[in-house]
Amino acid sequence: MVETLLELAGIGVSYPGVRALDNVSLRLQRGEVVGLIGENGAGKSTLMRVLGGVIAPSEGVIRVGETTHPRMTVREATQAGIAFVHQELNLFENLDVAANVFIGREKLTGGGLRLVDNAQMRASVAPLLARLGADFSPDTLVDNLSIAQRQMVEIAKALSIDARVIIMDEPTSSLTISETERLLEVIADLKAHGISVIYISHRLGEIMTCADRVVVLRDGRTVGELARNELSHAAMIRLMIGRDLKALYTPPKRAPQPGGCSIVDLVTTAFPDRQINLSVRRGEIFGLAGLVGAGRTSLARAAFGIDPVLGGEIRIDNEKVAVASPRDAIRQGIYLVPEDRKKSGLVLEMPIRENVTLASLANYARMWLVDGAAERKAAKEQSKSLSIRAPSIDIEAVTLSGGNQQKVVLGKWLSMQPRVMFFDEPTRGIDVGAKSEIYALMRDLADRGVAIVMISSDMEEVIGVSDRVGVMHEGTVSGVLERDQLSEYNVLRLAMGQAVQTTEVVTS
Amino acid sequence: MTKKEIGLAVLLILVSAITGAINPAFLSLVNMLNMANLIGLFGVFALGEGLVIITGGIDLSLGSMFALLGVVFIDLLTTYEVPWPFALLLVLLGGIGLGAIQGFLITRLKMQPFIVTLCGLLIYRGTARYYTSDSTRGFGYGDEAATLSNIASGNIAGIPNTFIFLVILALILGVLLHRSVYGRWLYAVGKNEEAARFSGINTDFVIATAYIISGGLAGISTVMFVFYTNSVSPSSFGNFYELYAIAAAVLGGCSLRGGEGSILGIVLGTALLQVLQNLVNILGIPNSLNFAVMGSVILIGVLADRQLQSRRQRKMALASVARTAPKATALQEEPGAPRGSAALPTGTGDRG
Repeated sequence: MVETLLELAGIGVSYPGVRALDNVSLRLQRGEVVGLIGENGAGKSTLMRVLGGVIAPSEGVIRVGETTHPRMTVREATQAGIAFVHQELNLFENLDVAANVFIGREKLTGGGLRLVDNAQMRASVAPLLARLGADFSPDTLVDNLSIAQRQMVEIAKALSIDARVIIMDEPTSSLTISETERLLEVIADLKAHGISVIYISHRLGEIMTCADRVVVLRDGRTVGELARNELSHAAMIRLMIGRDLKALYTPPKRAPQPGGCSIVDLVTTAFPDRQINLSVRRGEIFGLAGLVGAGRTSLARAAFGIDPVLGGEIRIDNEKVAVASPRDAIRQGIYLVPEDRKKSGLVLEMPIRENVTLASLANYARMWLVDGAAERKAAKEQSKSLSIRAPSIDIEAVTLSGGNQQKVVLGKWLSMQPRVMFFDEPTRGIDVGAKSEIYALMRDLADRGVAIVMISSDMEEVIGVSDRVGVMHEGTVSGVLERDQLSEYNVLRLAMGQAVQTTEVVTS
Repeated sequence: MTKKEIGLAVLLILVSAITGAINPAFLSLVNMLNMANLIGLFGVFALGEGLVIITGGIDLSLGSMFALLGVVFIDLLTTYEVPWPFALLLVLLGGIGLGAIQGFLITRLKMQPFIVTLCGLLIYRGTARYYTSDSTRGFGYGDEAATLSNIASGNIAGIPNTFIFLVILALILGVLLHRSVYGRWLYAVGKNEEAARFSGINTDFVIATAYIISGGLAGISTVMFVFYTNSVSPSSFGNFYELYAIAAAVLGGCSLRGGEGSILGIVLGTALLQVLQNLVNILGIPNSLNFAVMGSVILIGVLADRQLQSRRQRKMALASVARTAPKATALQEEPGAPRGSAALPTGTGDRG
């Protein structure tokens, strides 16, 4: 007997200038596990937000059982029995397990006093935990639980509202292998009890193990569906890629020179049991690809002295450099254009001028007193050479567009002598025109002999801009691709932790 | 001068003029000099408090610091008969040392400024009371430190030295805060500590230094207050003075969120507070209402400033909407489109 529990038909979500989802359809049957895969930004999370009632679709309908909704509210989604186990767990660490399971719908006692009935809540959570095979009790503080255990709490929460569909968004990204196996067993058990699961993951192996069917999203569309007997890594990856990449590439003016930045056996706090090795030559743009959470940002933070380095070393032009703080890094000519420019890149309420000179203010000072004229001159120069579009260098950075803000961050570094520059997602949230300006600036810097590391989750950018690409997977560099090996397929395979086929892989 | 400072100066002149019109005694030379003396006394440590507030922190320990340093200072001069330059130096170093300990706890051990300085408030006061067995310390009949007393509480051509010290210190700190590299760092750290760190600024050093400067100024203030009162009663000397300093800084345009404020503003804030206290006396308002008047004026001042700011922000927001008008209409064509931050395509969660 096939009973369709949930159906999304022709779902579209538009933002000004962006089509986040386009005619996406998804069907879910009772007791079925559907794997949902796609690259970063393919629209998986947007689709799940539609299902959870967080985002209203502009087109399409959602059918739950017999009822049809043009859009759902969060409450309707919960009533329909749709529950989430989030990527970042939404638990209150200061409360116990039972309180978390019943948050917002606490069992009450004491009549008019409306006291919380802890005993009853704990009593009703206990059997759920037993069913999941959890090794902790309902009165344990969530603060004392591991990530895997917290996930069990989320699943118990879903069971307690009689969820019929449980959506798991990257549930295993921080689990150990045995914890992952345990979760997959729980999923099998849920399935046996007639509960359906939508399982979002980048880990194709897990998808192969647990999914009855796989739906593939790309650029906001459903591009394919694979039945259980059609599942293979190759088939899935082939569906995930396959769009035409625009030609963004500008070759370097001259061949990369020797020297540059080498990272040898570097150990970061994010992955204390992994080592990173890579080498970026002067004059090249080295793309650093990988899935979100693969350790790329941790690498940049460690190299820039924000996070401590646990082992290994950083060499510039074959000389070991000690980087214990951003000050050390800056002294060595290692600069970082951070991922979150509003939080880490700029002091938004300060004018452009003060932002541009913030890192090098001592250069425009005599006896520690700021020389206003010298500072203005430097800020004006940067503003002009980067063509920052603003009425004056005295207006606050907060009023600028994303692209111009990013140029101010760049201006901060370019007024000094960069040797190695890390760009972390340099064009996120920036419009197309400003993007190509940023690419041109990076190329120009490389041509001036700077070693450039560009961290990017945008495949078009990685392939279109880089001279070489290193791909990270779970804390290490899983491969380095030369320009002629660059393809979305190869990058994605390495990002998923698999070897590149037919071409030689430079593993390190 | 910024708009805020001009507003404050206008308010100060207005309040003075009205009070003077009601009771001309307010504007008499004697009263003006008396106020100048008090402004000097309360302004010096308010400057330090202002620096700390600009880093986004707070220093609650100042009043207790006065008591502890005060009893030690008098003891050094009377009991131990230490020459006054050494006693002065020791008290200054004492203030700097206490500020350094607080700065260390806040920056290195990552404790909250409120808690560190609240504990300072309790510990210093308790230590002062234990050290003196709760008895008042004063100078005997001998003139142990006549020279220093003349410097600290005398006057030049009628102008109280305390006021002259305030002007000198305000000028020095004004240059430090508004002209020096350190001052720029202080604002940057107060506004966005993370971005400051990402720009290679040693944020711990910048913050700790603010507490050290505040401690040093507290040392200077201690000496001035000791010679103003000529005795120190350890349980009441300097009580609530940190709150005067915080009030003056906030009235002068410092935001407790950090990153805002100016030396001139703090001085004007201190002056306004002292004028208010004085007019309570001069106008025959019951003295018990003193605190209530002060509180009301600060509340109204900060409220008015908040309103003016949000009006300016609304204006700016409107202007930017007008610039991007075509986009705004595109949004309206889609009734189902989400609003607010959910409408931003960057926030799909995929990119976390």
